[in-house]
Amino acid sequence: MSSLVDYRTCPTTGLRVDRSAEKLIKANAVAAVVFLAIGGLFGLLVALTRWPAVHFLPADMFYLALTAHGLDVLLVWIIFFEMAVLYFASAILLNSRLAAPKVAWTGFGLMLVGALITNVAVLQGQSSVMFTSYVPMMAEPPFYLGLILFAVGALLGCGVFFGTLVIAKRDKTYDGSIPLVTFGALTAAIIAVFTIASGAIILIPTLLWSLGLVSHIDPLIYKTVWWAMGHSSQQINVSAHVAVWYAIAAMVFGAKPLSEKVSRTAFLMYILFLQLASAHHMLVEPGFSSEWKIFNTSYAMYLAVLGSMIHGMTVPGSIEAAQRARGLTKGLFEWLRKAPWGNPAFAGMFMSLVFFGFIGGISGVVMGTEQINLIMHNTLYVPGHFHGTVVAGTTLAFMAITYILVPLIFRRELVMRKLATWQPYVFGIGVAGISVFMMGAGTLGVARRHWDMTFADALLPFDYPAAAYLMMGLNGIFAVMAALGGLMYVVIVVGSVFFGKKLAEDEKPSYPEVPPASAAVSHYGSSETLRIPGTAFLVGIFFTAFVLYYFVNWKYLSEIWPLS
Amino acid sequence: MAITPPSERIWWRQPIAKIELVWIIIAFTWGLIMFFMMIYWHGAGEQNLSNEAYQIKPQVFAQHAQDMIDEHQVRDESGFPVVHPPAGSDVYLIARLWQWWPILELEKDQSYRLHLSSMDWQHGFSLQPVNINVQVHPGYEMVVTIKPDRAGEYGVVCNEFCGIGHHMMVGKIYVVE
Repeated sequence: MSSLVDYRTCPTTGLRVDRSAEKLIKANAVAAVVFLAIGGLFGLLVALTRWPAVHFLPADMFYLALTAHGLDVLLVWIIFFEMAVLYFASAILLNSRLAAPKVAWTGFGLMLVGALITNVAVLQGQSSVMFTSYVPMMAEPPFYLGLILFAVGALLGCGVFFGTLVIAKRDKTYDGSIPLVTFGALTAAIIAVFTIASGAIILIPTLLWSLGLVSHIDPLIYKTVWWAMGHSSQQINVSAHVAVWYAIAAMVFGAKPLSEKVSRTAFLMYILFLQLASAHHMLVEPGFSSEWKIFNTSYAMYLAVLGSMIHGMTVPGSIEAAQRARGLTKGLFEWLRKAPWGNPAFAGMFMSLVFFGFIGGISGVVMGTEQINLIMHNTLYVPGHFHGTVVAGTTLAFMAITYILVPLIFRRELVMRKLATWQPYVFGIGVAGISVFMMGAGTLGVARRHWDMTFADALLPFDYPAAAYLMMGLNGIFAVMAALGGLMYVVIVVGSVFFGKKLAEDEKPSYPEVPPASAAVSHYGSSETLRIPGTAFLVGIFFTAFVLYYFVNWKYLSEIWPLS
Repeated sequence: MAITPPSERIWWRQPIAKIELVWIIIAFTWGLIMFFMMIYWHGAGEQNLSNEAYQIKPQVFAQHAQDMIDEHQVRDESGFPVVHPPAGSDVYLIARLWQWWPILELEKDQSYRLHLSSMDWQHGFSLQPVNINVQVHPGYEMVVTIKPDRAGEYGVVCNEFCGIGHHMMVGKIYVVE
């Protein structure tokens, strides 16, 4: 078989590239960006409607746009891009052929058809049930059918990834263990299987129910199992974007992980514990015991959080160690000051790391605390949190690695480089603003998924505090900024893919600069002499912020009515 | 590098740098503190959500609420009955498209067993400006003991999407001295 595989040799990395893997990466990445553009546009419409001074859409269109926004960016953009990451981390990084490209294409086709079916169902207006589609609110059957097809397609993609790992091992295309980035991708794929299985368990009966073949779906069971898909799918994102952080650190700095053992164990913690996160959504529901809530919401004593906190140190730590090994040793932060801030791959990756930790990470743990959830559940604090994780974290990281993948995989030079330099900052700061101001509004009680915070049509009047209106106005402004950053990304990527200068077979791209593999930092000194004081300082700031914010929220909680 | 196989083949025997180990220990300990904080609050804190819940048919729950309204209604406001149940009693709040029914009038510093259930879809009980948020399901009755500690007029917003009239679903609770 393998003699029939069509390879080229990458002039930058020297790796063999299976052209069928390359085509699949391209197709999945293009589909991802198209849905990012669509979903992002819906997101802008949502934010403009929630901006009280603008209040753009009528109620029915608002709920339609919100459903489509969640679906297209949270699910379709991210999973398509993850398929590209899986094929890259297996076939390309392992120097191997891709297993069963036809199966991979079938998966791609199913995902595309599924995404289109669900989108059409939503646009027809009878399925504005939000991304979560909580029963007994019912969508049209095609809404569920499309999601199921999409999930089956993604499952096939995971299967191709696993198959490629087996082939690469059998053919000995690499020496020793799989690279850390592939290990991270493997983590993502394993969690994806669990996620998709949970999705099948709940969405298939729900489809039958919407067809009238099943009489009743219990709303609590639906919610518990749905979130075993819904939240776990976010853990696919975390694993994938952490893998992307390591990949960018390696590609831009030649950075070597501080300790393979520590980083791999941290990924393992995700596999073992992240699936418990369904409980985050069940903390104020009837019928669960506090023991169940506490054990599950904390991922069994915060062991998955521990994994993320470890990556939060080892990723910047490996960059600092690599920079210091190159002689940038002055003070605490010369390594960071002289980092390539004009390289969008690095700038996006580093902001993704900081925002994921400080905004998304801390808020997630606080909100997922059994009792504190009472003062946050279903307020705008929730989307504030997950825009910090999924958009400032995952989406920004995926955007960042695109700047490396377009020249390497699409074999085109990037166009509009000045714009590319600015893109991660415009998008990243925009999204950070969205997250922070939604969290602020949520702390003041403003409901999520709500068309009119003034309650103008309600029989009984109620007013949120004036500060909440300010928060929503600021949220609108930063959403416009993020949308602009997203547009810049789409323009640069589409422009490069179609109009960038074609690279000859043996030509290296000139931008962004990627050091050849030989420039890798192979040695940081012994484990006793490793010095990363700048990272230690940053981690100290993070930890202090975490502890303070955590206890401030207990203080807020202690001020509400006594409940028991 | 992270994109190449580990340079040391037997990577799992490599020693861990001290600074990594220190952070792992700190982070792990912090996780334990956060874990036990939730348990501690069950004993020491005053804000713990009850886990008392029952399966109930919507019409049965509606009947309980109606019985309370018939017995304790004190006035009418914008078409909603205002109910002043005795301190310490069971009070019922119906969530339905798109109302919180009825308006409750409670006494400050008295405990009430608040029963919540939905007649149709899921709703979100969001008491403002206190900011207490509880999910309300159809077919399940949740019982929470509340003790309002400040007098005033409170809004009950629905914060679970429940269709086109979601933004009109506002209720009210009075707390009187």
